[in-house]
Amino acid sequence: MSNIPSDLRYTKSHEWVRREQNGTVAIGISDHAQSALGDLVFVEVPDVGRAVSAGEACAVVESVKAASDVYSPVSGKVIAGNAALAAQPELLNQDPYGAGWLFRVQTNSPADEAALMSAADYANYLADSAK
Amino acid sequence: MGLKTALYDTHILQGAKIVDFGGWEMPLHYGSQIEEHHAVRRDAGMFDVSHMGVIDLEGDRVRDFLRRLLANDVGRLTTPGKALYSCMLLPGGGVIDDLIVYFISDTRFRVVVNAGTRDKDLAWISRHAADFAVTVALQRDLAMIAIQGPNARDKTLPLLAPALRGSAGALAPFCGAAFDSWFVARTGYTGEDGFEVMMPADEAAKTWNALRAQGIQPAGLGARDTLRLEAGMNLYGNDMDEQHHPLESGLAWTVAFEPGGRDFIGRTALEGLRGAAGNRLVGLILEERGVLRSHQKVVVAVTARDGAAGDPAAPPRADATAPRTGEVTSGTFSPTMNRSIALARVPSGAASSVQVEIRGKMHAARIVKPPFVRHGKVLIPV
Repeated sequence: MSNIPSDLRYTKSHEWVRREQNGTVAIGISDHAQSALGDLVFVEVPDVGRAVSAGEACAVVESVKAASDVYSPVSGKVIAGNAALAAQPELLNQDPYGAGWLFRVQTNSPADEAALMSAADYANYLADSAK
Repeated sequence: MGLKTALYDTHILQGAKIVDFGGWEMPLHYGSQIEEHHAVRRDAGMFDVSHMGVIDLEGDRVRDFLRRLLANDVGRLTTPGKALYSCMLLPGGGVIDDLIVYFISDTRFRVVVNAGTRDKDLAWISRHAADFAVTVALQRDLAMIAIQGPNARDKTLPLLAPALRGSAGALAPFCGAAFDSWFVARTGYTGEDGFEVMMPADEAAKTWNALRAQGIQPAGLGARDTLRLEAGMNLYGNDMDEQHHPLESGLAWTVAFEPGGRDFIGRTALEGLRGAAGNRLVGLILEERGVLRSHQKVVVAVTARDGAAGDPAAPPRADATAPRTGEVTSGTFSPTMNRSIALARVPSGAASSVQVEIRGKMHAARIVKPPFVRHGKVLIPV
């Protein structure tokens, strides 16, 4: 069973969102997603300053197997990308909710975040998808 | 539900992530594809390759039949047990499949074909075998385990029946030895030393677990693909297929044009293509971060006089430096080199610096001559 921290919110495309201070959020991919992708070998995060819309593809994670887009779950402006992943993409496999975070966004639309799934809903969603 | 090998339940018990491959439910990895890759390069790993088709051919004229059927020449096989890699071609030169053929005796050869092409191969082989009164028998009750890596042979030999151990231990590369229903060959698809062992399906699980107890790492199709690509070996369906002939697939070395009198299927078409400019299959190393994948576009500058057909005395063509395009046929991240590598089909005479389009952006790559890695050593400077 994959790890689904209860303090985060989730998308159907397996991103997670963590609320931080002053209207900023951190974004990554779930434990389920990193496990499904397999060993990650390349990560591309968005440039700082880029304006992103909810649902927009703005990062790429590539495993030995395949490349996958990561969609921003919220609208706003990118204020940080995780530079450590360039040299150590495996951080995403080892610590998807911590050292493997992808980027941070200053949101301008709090409603986006409220629309995301809770941990319990995401667990149900994964269970339904597996059927 | 897909087809399952005799080892399917064993794979599940050992934590395999299963994927469909050519209609078969096969292990992709058992946890970490990269660790499995390194185990093969540094020590020993094993793959279930029971999905591959083992076909026995028997008859007084079996050698004549194979000299007609295959682009490589089984006339080169003079010692029983010796193996040969060959393409099987359509009359137009397209590749039906690539295979390994073992010379067992003057009246019997064994052919190992790809899983995804097995049924069409059987139909094609059977159709042509009739003219030579050769019988074609798919060996459904065999399992096959490939044990690969620098320590693969030493770890495998103690588990073989005493009657097979001596002959297996003495095998030269690309040779096989049989005992009862077992067949051990010093072949593989990883660029490392090792064995491919065929055995009765009902002995497969026991053998697999005994090999595992020897410290041999189970490895899935994921590692098999990164290993074969580092070794510069083609994958059927990616790097060659019925739409592409061997000469544009890096397989000219497997086509035996000599002796000239041997009329193999596809010969006439290939002779017409010999020396033509056309395309060739090359290795690529990505100079930047990113991962090469099949079907990405490769932009090349053709600086030579349009390839091998060019008359050296002729002036360069007016469009000699016009950019032309090719395509990545197999691409991956190389765990051994820590870089992305690929095979690509590009116009002959392409300059070594190329650009590959990855998600709409151009990235610099370099044409190199495969293999990238053999026997644990990186052969291409990065």
